[in-house]
Amino acid sequence: MSEKKFLSGDEAVAQGAWEAGCHVAASYPGTPATEILEAVATYPEIYCEWSVNEKVAYEVVLGASMGGARALYASKHVGLNVAADPFFSSAYIGSHGGLVVVTADDPSMHSSQNEQDNRYYGIAAKVPVLSPSDSQECKDFTKLAFEISERFNIPVIVRLTTRTSHANGVVTCEDRVEVPVKGYEKKIAKNLILPMFARKLHASLEERMLALKEFSETTDINRVEKGEEGVGVIADGVAYTYAKEVYPSAWFLKLGMMHPLPEKLVRELASKVEKIYIVEENDPVIEQAVKAMGIACIGKEVVPRVLELNPDRLRKAFFDEEPVKIDTGDVPARPPALCPGCTHRPVFHILSQLNPVITGDIGCYTLGALPPLNAMDTCVDMGASITVAHGIRKALDQIEDEKQKQKKIVAVIGDSTFYHSGLTGLANAVYNSSPITVVIMDNRITAMTGHQQHPGTGKTLMGEETTEIDAAEVARALGVKHVWVVDPNNYKETKEVLKEAISLDEPSVVVAKRACPLYDRSEWQRPYWINTDECNGCKICVGLGCPAISFDAETEKAKVTEVLCTGCSICAQICPKGAIHASEND
Amino acid sequence: MPQKTTNIFVAGVGGQGIIKFSNLLCEVAMRAGLDVKKSEIHGMAQRGGSVTTHVRFGEKVYSPLIPQGGADFICSMEHLEAVRHIAFLNREQGRLIYDPYEIAPPEVYTAQRSYPKDIEERLEKLAPNRIALPAFEAALKIGNSRAQNVVMLGALSSFLDFEQSLYEDVIRAGFKPKYVDINIKAFNLGKELASP
Repeated sequence: MSEKKFLSGDEAVAQGAWEAGCHVAASYPGTPATEILEAVATYPEIYCEWSVNEKVAYEVVLGASMGGARALYASKHVGLNVAADPFFSSAYIGSHGGLVVVTADDPSMHSSQNEQDNRYYGIAAKVPVLSPSDSQECKDFTKLAFEISERFNIPVIVRLTTRTSHANGVVTCEDRVEVPVKGYEKKIAKNLILPMFARKLHASLEERMLALKEFSETTDINRVEKGEEGVGVIADGVAYTYAKEVYPSAWFLKLGMMHPLPEKLVRELASKVEKIYIVEENDPVIEQAVKAMGIACIGKEVVPRVLELNPDRLRKAFFDEEPVKIDTGDVPARPPALCPGCTHRPVFHILSQLNPVITGDIGCYTLGALPPLNAMDTCVDMGASITVAHGIRKALDQIEDEKQKQKKIVAVIGDSTFYHSGLTGLANAVYNSSPITVVIMDNRITAMTGHQQHPGTGKTLMGEETTEIDAAEVARALGVKHVWVVDPNNYKETKEVLKEAISLDEPSVVVAKRACPLYDRSEWQRPYWINTDECNGCKICVGLGCPAISFDAETEKAKVTEVLCTGCSICAQICPKGAIHASEND
Repeated sequence: MPQKTTNIFVAGVGGQGIIKFSNLLCEVAMRAGLDVKKSEIHGMAQRGGSVTTHVRFGEKVYSPLIPQGGADFICSMEHLEAVRHIAFLNREQGRLIYDPYEIAPPEVYTAQRSYPKDIEERLEKLAPNRIALPAFEAALKIGNSRAQNVVMLGALSSFLDFEQSLYEDVIRAGFKPKYVDINIKAFNLGKELASP
């Protein structure tokens, strides 16, 4: 039975996995890939989990494939960096049950720290790359990826980008085909990569890729589309849709499978046209391969490699036409900010007064770096707050300058990030005696990506109750002697504890524990209000950067926007005039 | 000739129901038998930042993004956001439907500057063909400010060719039963407010 649904690319991947009879799926949340597993979780036939990090997720999925199940890994682009070690080995090992690797890249860095092009992973690890252009293809290609994986004994990458992951289209959905789990077979020459076995596996991998190259020439997801003039476009992913719209009269080589490259099809296109454009987002991956074939083409000299493509940028690339410039006048920016009632705000407000070096991490709390809190110095990758803090400490220990030597280092890490890759860093800091303070911003959920469960919440992706791992207990077990748990909404206590922790010359951990107010509204209180007779316009409350507090330049008094206020009371706790009050019940 | 694609650019601030608005609209277009694409940016943007979606429907739609100057409609739930994205509007044939409701951006609520006071003058030049729709106020009056987005949908519907019943079906399917009535009320109110 077929049915039309309006699905995002992420949802379509999940639908495709379900239709393909997928049995196991694992991931760690990350924009724009998070919704893949959230959608998978709606299909009871698939076991799915939030693993503690992407490396773990990848190994779970590889194990499931070894057990003969059809298995799906999904993450954002940088997640595959975390999983890169098992990913590379898995190309040698190959698949038993179908093994599909979905990576969602983020050109333009809408919610990411870089715009790396994960098609390179396919080339580097020698794994085929499918590159869907819309939701229908996200579904179809995911299904096809399982077939390719089993037929060629190899993991298969499905590469999405933000504009396929978070774009919706009409998708024709079909029924699930049940594929029995094949079961486990002991095969050490395949599954155990001792050098003696791996040498043979590498040779076999090269042969598998040669067979896949033939497949790439004949599969119907790679096709030449007839045009009306002597210009040809080679494109993959969402870039194909932009090019098709901007240059409908051109010939196209549409690449659904961009690696291995179907060289015969490239030559076929080259024989029909005088000029070839390569249209691809980010890096010149296809372009380099086409140029290596000795075929002249135009690529990154006109198609931008920084930030995502769009129809306007391609119009400029093809025809040198630009949209009319519009002068809107000065429009104040509206970047994301910590929400009203955010439990991270008081911690940052306190830290900015204590003024240590603050190494940050990946999550909502990275926004603590922005004014007016200005309470973060570094952010690198998941877990780096603790390890970078340790490195800075070891550098400053060796400096002559007393002021530098005396600097205190505080690492700030979220609860989900702590379980993701903070544990090893904390063990390292204890092992190597680093007197740093680690503040675990425990808001009881993975907040940034839209509230996913993690090992500290006591619930799984499938909604089951499970053991709740306690961050403070973990820190003690790792050998941290000074561990506190505080309620960040108790400003005074939090400040005293942080002061003491930072003053120590041994590793310390402060768990600032309170649920994200967007996740748990049960503790919202009546909004606060400011008595303008008592307010002296000192702006201390404004310095919290709370969207619910503003300053009236005419009256020179602060005010609370009632509809935004969650009643967290932090502003009232720090007001030197006691001018901020909880409103009475109706 | 393929039927022309209709392009609708939706703008606002995280939390205003921009994505819900877009989903309802797309569902209507899909039920009317059209090809539909929608692209949105969320993630970090949901933390009070600017949120935009591109909605496109017609016989066959390739790109999920609207080119600049290509929007038949911009629907903005906030005053400043209407100006921010105005380059997407087709200035000659397009129409801006906007809520003059104002939400302070960070530089304003941290007292570094004030909210621009000349937005109407700018819009007069940038979008001569426009309708101010006090959707937030209207939604508040009928008892739920969160229905602002559906008031806006009602207003937009008076310029599109879909049957009223399609919208009602989609609203019934898209909200929990206890919120259906207020949203149908909001939809009709928006439609009324936008009528000449």
